[in-house]
Amino acid sequence: MTQGRHHFWKTMAAGLLILAGFVLAGAPAVAGDVPVPHPAKAAKGEKCVAPIPEMRRNHMNLLKHQRDDTLRKGIRGNPFSLKGCVDCHAVPDKAAGGARTVRPFCQTCHSYAAVKIDCFSCHTGKADEDKTALKAMDNPHKVTARLQDYLKQRSVVK
Amino acid sequence: MARLTDNYHKLTDHGPFFYALLFGHAIVILLGLASAYYMEHNGHYVTGMNNQIVWGMPHVFAVFLIVAASGALNVASISSVFNRLAYKRFARLSGILAISLLAGGLAVLVLDLGRPDRLIIAMTHYNFKSIFAWNIYLYTGFFVIVGIYLWTMMEKRMNRFTTIAGYSAFVWRLILTTGTGSIFGFLVAREAYDTALLAPLFIASSFVYGLAFTVLVLITMCWTLGIQLMDKEFVTKIRGLLIIFTVTVLYFTAVQHITNLYATQHHGVEGFLLLYGGSFPTVFWLGQVAIGSVLPMLVLAHPKIGPTRQGLSTASVLLLIGGLSQMYVVIVGGQSYPLDIFPGMEATSSWIDGKFGSYIPSVPEVVLGVSGISLTMFLTGMALKVLPFLPNPVAGEE
Amino acid sequence: MSNIRDNDIDKARRQFMTGAVATAGMTIAPGFMLYTAEARPAGTAADPKVRWGLLIDISKCDDCTVCVDACKKENGWQGHRGDLTDAQWIRKVDLKDKNTGVKSSLPVMCMHCEYPPCVDVCPVGASMKRADGIVLVDKHICIGCRYCMMACPYGARSFVHEEVHGQKTHLPRGQGTVESCTMCAHRVDNDQIPACVEACNASGREAMMFGNLRDPNSDISKRIAEISTVKLRADMGLDPHVQYVNF
Ligand code: HEC
Ligand code: HEC
Ligand code: HEC
Repeated sequence: MTQGRHHFWKTMAAGLLILAGFVLAGAPAVAGDVPVPHPAKAAKGEKCVAPIPEMRRNHMNLLKHQRDDTLRKGIRGNPFSLKGCVDCHAVPDKAAGGARTVRPFCQTCHSYAAVKIDCFSCHTGKADEDKTALKAMDNPHKVTARLQDYLKQRSVVK
Repeated sequence: MARLTDNYHKLTDHGPFFYALLFGHAIVILLGLASAYYMEHNGHYVTGMNNQIVWGMPHVFAVFLIVAASGALNVASISSVFNRLAYKRFARLSGILAISLLAGGLAVLVLDLGRPDRLIIAMTHYNFKSIFAWNIYLYTGFFVIVGIYLWTMMEKRMNRFTTIAGYSAFVWRLILTTGTGSIFGFLVAREAYDTALLAPLFIASSFVYGLAFTVLVLITMCWTLGIQLMDKEFVTKIRGLLIIFTVTVLYFTAVQHITNLYATQHHGVEGFLLLYGGSFPTVFWLGQVAIGSVLPMLVLAHPKIGPTRQGLSTASVLLLIGGLSQMYVVIVGGQSYPLDIFPGMEATSSWIDGKFGSYIPSVPEVVLGVSGISLTMFLTGMALKVLPFLPNPVAGEE
Repeated sequence: MSNIRDNDIDKARRQFMTGAVATAGMTIAPGFMLYTAEARPAGTAADPKVRWGLLIDISKCDDCTVCVDACKKENGWQGHRGDLTDAQWIRKVDLKDKNTGVKSSLPVMCMHCEYPPCVDVCPVGASMKRADGIVLVDKHICIGCRYCMMACPYGARSFVHEEVHGQKTHLPRGQGTVESCTMCAHRVDNDQIPACVEACNASGREAMMFGNLRDPNSDISKRIAEISTVKLRADMGLDPHVQYVNF
């Protein structure tokens, strides 16, 4: 079971504990020192898909919006793709045996803000190292144009 | 009939037995939660359910409890809607039991979801075409209406609204059980379900289960308190009702099977459920018919045992066993008969085609189901302690 | 069959993309139209004037399973338990006529009904039909109640019974949600044909044809106009978009 799903049960258990805590101490415990997040630098790209302050504040809504657009309406190729985040923000991850994943990047902030996301129980957080395939998928029209050029060269198409 | 006035009390005068009961139920509830956690943690492969038998034991118990919830309201309805005074004393108990049964059933249903953590989605996203979504409204509405109904009964100034609230609750619960039956009845793809008869069958069944639960709770309370809550007249009336309701369920069950048998293309599924389908014919004939209907009717009809409290409680336990068997045959049996995608052909594949479903329930899923009953009883017990739901003992007896 | 050409182009494109440019598939007749002729630009929504459909010629479909294997590979639903808790998006069903004893074999998957019962029953609206007729599960809101599986007459849906690892980048899957054939929406949206069709045609059988049922000039529509097709459980009036010939 992944983080997000564990979260449900943990919340239930935590809820009970906190309740008990309230009753016993009469006040909630104060969290200790938590380091301010410094998310890992993007592995790729000069700029993010939107201005940084906007990304920091609003990435969840952008993602959710795009997710509905893609899955329910079939709109592809817009900027706020989860695949895209993974593609640029995956960095070597000790927990994954050194493979590039997006977990360190997303998690730094999220554990600071006590946010749990379940996205990566389904979506792979691993960078797709097969770059040709990924690019091809994301930009079909360019690929088709290149294909046409190529076929012309081979004089298949006259 | 003793007093008809506002003579109710909270459960205060009980011995340690009551706490032992509550404690026992609390343990089962915890075991149920642990089972749900175990199922969620590992995934549903640890249950007996699979891609053919997609609904199993948790659903058998959940639907059983939800159906019973509407039936538990019977006693209250008879008093408010049909104006029978003999039942009025038990109207409050019947209301609170109905709410608890529904809560127990829904809890099991929710804990079996693939993603119970997404419950909030079920409450914020509706597909208005889905019967399941209508049911969410029906269930919420049931809590509210029965709650109001109880309030009108228990608050003096509200008494004048009791009749109207009672009527609303009566209509609502008929719709609710129709909705529950239709969850299956609308499944045109499944031969065992595709029938409008499931709705009236479920309504008749709800009368049996609900009344049986009411009887058992009352008799347990008599035990715990060492007092007598039901007078002779009431016992006789309940005895009669249980017999009539059981006959009705048998009647609808027979009609359902006979109409199905009339159409030759349904002989396969009928033969499966009634004759050769492994455990299902056994559960049907032995569980639902023999132990769950005929035997309790014999007990009830017996001139000496029938009109006694022991007779009633024995019959009620048997009827509930019959009810669980019935739900098992309807829910699991109905899924076990292969889909007829290719009429006239023998189909085989690496998947479900042409296969009779095999379902061996695992311990956790059964425990989860049983914990729904415990939750119901726990909630009822707590409610009885907090508010005056119980009628005062009948005078002059015992 | 006329979509051989489309298919070969696709093959060529595939090889081109992976850099393995071989000589196979280069025998394309002059004047062909790229499959992308009806392409939908990126950033636009699925077109309600389109109905993607499949036509499966059973007479060309022996006991081979390349469509199933290709789907597994493309969508990564390979199970390991070997029982009915594994997912199966597409399966080969072997049939024997009870009277004549004649045997046949055919792939069965989500039929992408025009009137899908799974969509009707889903309490939260996770089961959905896209504007272009592709029936999908929105796994972002699926609560895992399995009512759609109860309602599907074709047994086309699977529930994910355990945690999933190693998902394909383009195909997220996860425990506790229901899934089924997506008609390779991720490929179709990128002007590719579904993986099963591609593999079937590449195997030389050419038993499967993919295209727009609402375009009278598409290969699939022309073919359907010539022959009589079979829709599974046609009695239920669900108008499945997957159809069969030579039953
Ligand atoms: C084209 C590559 C690219 C893509 C795609 C991309 N990012 Fe970025 N992102 C960057 C770069 C470059 C920065 C600048 C900071 C850095 O170097 O780490 C950045 C910064 C951020 C920051 C601010 C980090 C901080 O230091 O506070 C957030 C949050 C963020 N990205 C989220 C996302 C999300 C969510 C997505 C997917 C919708 C996404 N990014 C997609 C390249 C990308
Ligand atoms: C239960 C599985 C599951 C979970 C959990 C899940 N997704 Fe998805 N997601 C999918 C599927 C399936 C698709 C469709 C893929 C396609 O058709 O390309 C998808 C597509 C998307 C897309 C569009 C494709 C892309 O990569 O841009 C976005 C954006 C997205 N999801 C965001 C999220 C976010 C954010 C979360 C966490 C809050 C999340 N998803 C959690 C299954 C899941
Ligand atoms: C700069 C810090 C930062 C980074 C980096 C970051 N997030 Fe977040 N994210 C947050 C904060 C803070 C919230 C909570 C906002 C709130 O509760 O209003 C959040 C919330 C979310 C949510 C909504 C959670 C919910 O329960 O609704 C999603 C989805 C999400 N982030 C996805 C991602 C993904 C995917 C990445 C990595 C690509 C990422 N975030 C990286 C700070 C960050």
